[in-house]
Amino acid sequence: MKRCWLWMIAALLPLQALAISGEEVMKKSQGAFLYPGKDFKARVVMKLINKDGQARVRELTLLRKNAGEALGEQKYFMYFFQPADVKDMTFMINKYPAKDDDRWMFIPAINMVKRIAAQDKRSSFVGSDFTYEDVSGRDIEDDNHVIEREEKVGNRDCYVVKSTPKGTDADFGHKTTWVDKANFLPLKEEQYDKRGARYKQFTADEVADVKGLPTVLRRTMKNLQTGHRTEVAYVKADYDLGLEDSLFSERFLRQPPRKWVD
Amino acid sequence: MGRLRLRPAALWLVVLCAPLAARAEVALSSFLQQNTAVNTVTANPGGRHYKWLEERAQLKLDATGGAWRLLAKGDFAYDHLGRGEQSELREGYVDYAADNWDLRAGRQIITWGHGDLVFVNDVFPKDHEALFAGRPLEYLKRGIDAVKLGAYPELASFELVAAPRFRESRVPDSRRFHVFDPMPAVTNRETLKPGQGDVGLRMYRDIAGYDAALYLYRGFQRTPSMRPDSMTAPTKVTLFHPKLSVYGASVSGRAGDGVLSLEGAYYDSRQDREGTDFAVPNSQTRLLAGYQFQPGEDLSLSFQYYTEYMHDYGAYRAGLPAGFPVDKRWSHTVTVRVTQLFLHQTLRFSAFILRNTSTSDYFVNPELRYSFTDKVWGAIGVNLFGGKPWGQFGQLSPDDNVYLQVRYEF
Repeated sequence: MKRCWLWMIAALLPLQALAISGEEVMKKSQGAFLYPGKDFKARVVMKLINKDGQARVRELTLLRKNAGEALGEQKYFMYFFQPADVKDMTFMINKYPAKDDDRWMFIPAINMVKRIAAQDKRSSFVGSDFTYEDVSGRDIEDDNHVIEREEKVGNRDCYVVKSTPKGTDADFGHKTTWVDKANFLPLKEEQYDKRGARYKQFTADEVADVKGLPTVLRRTMKNLQTGHRTEVAYVKADYDLGLEDSLFSERFLRQPPRKWVD
Repeated sequence: MGRLRLRPAALWLVVLCAPLAARAEVALSSFLQQNTAVNTVTANPGGRHYKWLEERAQLKLDATGGAWRLLAKGDFAYDHLGRGEQSELREGYVDYAADNWDLRAGRQIITWGHGDLVFVNDVFPKDHEALFAGRPLEYLKRGIDAVKLGAYPELASFELVAAPRFRESRVPDSRRFHVFDPMPAVTNRETLKPGQGDVGLRMYRDIAGYDAALYLYRGFQRTPSMRPDSMTAPTKVTLFHPKLSVYGASVSGRAGDGVLSLEGAYYDSRQDREGTDFAVPNSQTRLLAGYQFQPGEDLSLSFQYYTEYMHDYGAYRAGLPAGFPVDKRWSHTVTVRVTQLFLHQTLRFSAFILRNTSTSDYFVNPELRYSFTDKVWGAIGVNLFGGKPWGQFGQLSPDDNVYLQVRYEF
């Protein structure tokens, strides 16, 4: 009898080792979505569109640099072109895994650099339907991740992962993410409120290779309850430009170098 | 009055950079603005019912070529309350950026320190009238004509500011504001501006995740002091800017769920180190603690505690002529700011409340600002003042006003 059990366990082992867990899928997905390359630059055009179709435009240059491994520390730098009243404003984030970010803002009108509080990860990013977390990633450890099934999105095979917050302080119930099995990019995500109603939907509308790295060039986040949506296009996107650490400093917050923010 | 004042140095810079600008990437932008502020308590001392009533246009030129940049912002305005046509070069400078140093020369706005409408190490000129008359926040700061040299070695970052000519802060006009005057009968007034310039140095770096900075300044008080020619039978009052040095430090970083900022400075009143001259401000220590956090989505709360301490209080009291209001040795001020954003951050409500617990002075400024489109925004707000008749804000109690700002940017 004992031997029989051992055989059964031995037979199961390779299968267990081959199967990927929900957590691993989400880790790989964040790596593919938010960490590719050593550094990254894009000209970002965000359209905030209300249910009547009226649009407001936010345009910025986004620079990102990884400190090391995927899911490790990152630095973000943003320079705003539009709207006119925030032109020349810059924004810097030092992102740490499992710790609040450090954030700084430069207000050109009074020529002042301000450090700002950053525990509001679920707050809207510049008034869009994206939260800070949607932009720079939610800590993997904050949720339990389970692969529910496999399914196609368009012609791409995907893992469908359900992520449920471990704590009770989250402002949403759970989210479901369709992760491309080949390149691990999230192609679709649905967020549910605490009553279980679907309220936000993310879609990756255009994926292309940039320097050989699969990149989401167009994406939409739609609030299904208000009908408001935000469309984001990466007009110019590039990797491994050799961004220096010194770029992410007060000096360049105040005087962003043209070469990096065009 | 009010011609566009281009100093010879600034002119030279423009001339030198013209060929460069021809090869550069040039961006032009502008805005048109209407700004009205109506008294809610009583008319101005000059008789008008408006604190501010003007139309304004700004032209901005931004040219970049290689390591060079030229920026010029010129304002043209019409004031309906007697000042008429106004023009001003708000900013006009040339930047040169090398690998680990840079230079900015010309008229520029500089802000140091962390205070929100409370100034410890921000020794640069302000426009207090703009703040109290409900003008947009950017007009709180005045540019200085200076050379700023930045150096960025590994050790720390350095910013040296040298201005060949002193520029004063703008104080509220006595025809528009009920400014306290201890000698109202003496109408013969003379203003003396320092014949020299001033210089400042800021050194800053990260220390264990905190932004730390040291500040040094050698120059003059930005707001003038008053000296009568005689204490018994004055016939003339001289307004002058006493010599001042400031030695300060600040630190800012994450604490709990928010951002904590601490700032301190010693104000060395070089013109009267003993503190016996009543016309010159006593040497002071200024301390500021600020905390900002976000208790909810799109909601920000910030608190400040600010104190001023007079170093030679005994000498000040002994030298103060009879009949003059007496300041306390310690002055304590607390401020609160609430900011809440609505409608995808296109509507902003903010309220700033300041109270000086030593003089019972207060300043309250709630404001609602809405972006009608990406190019048009408007704001409506209230300025409320109160306290002792000679206090910083108390003297302005009759000057409460409601203001409106509308701007079209293109």
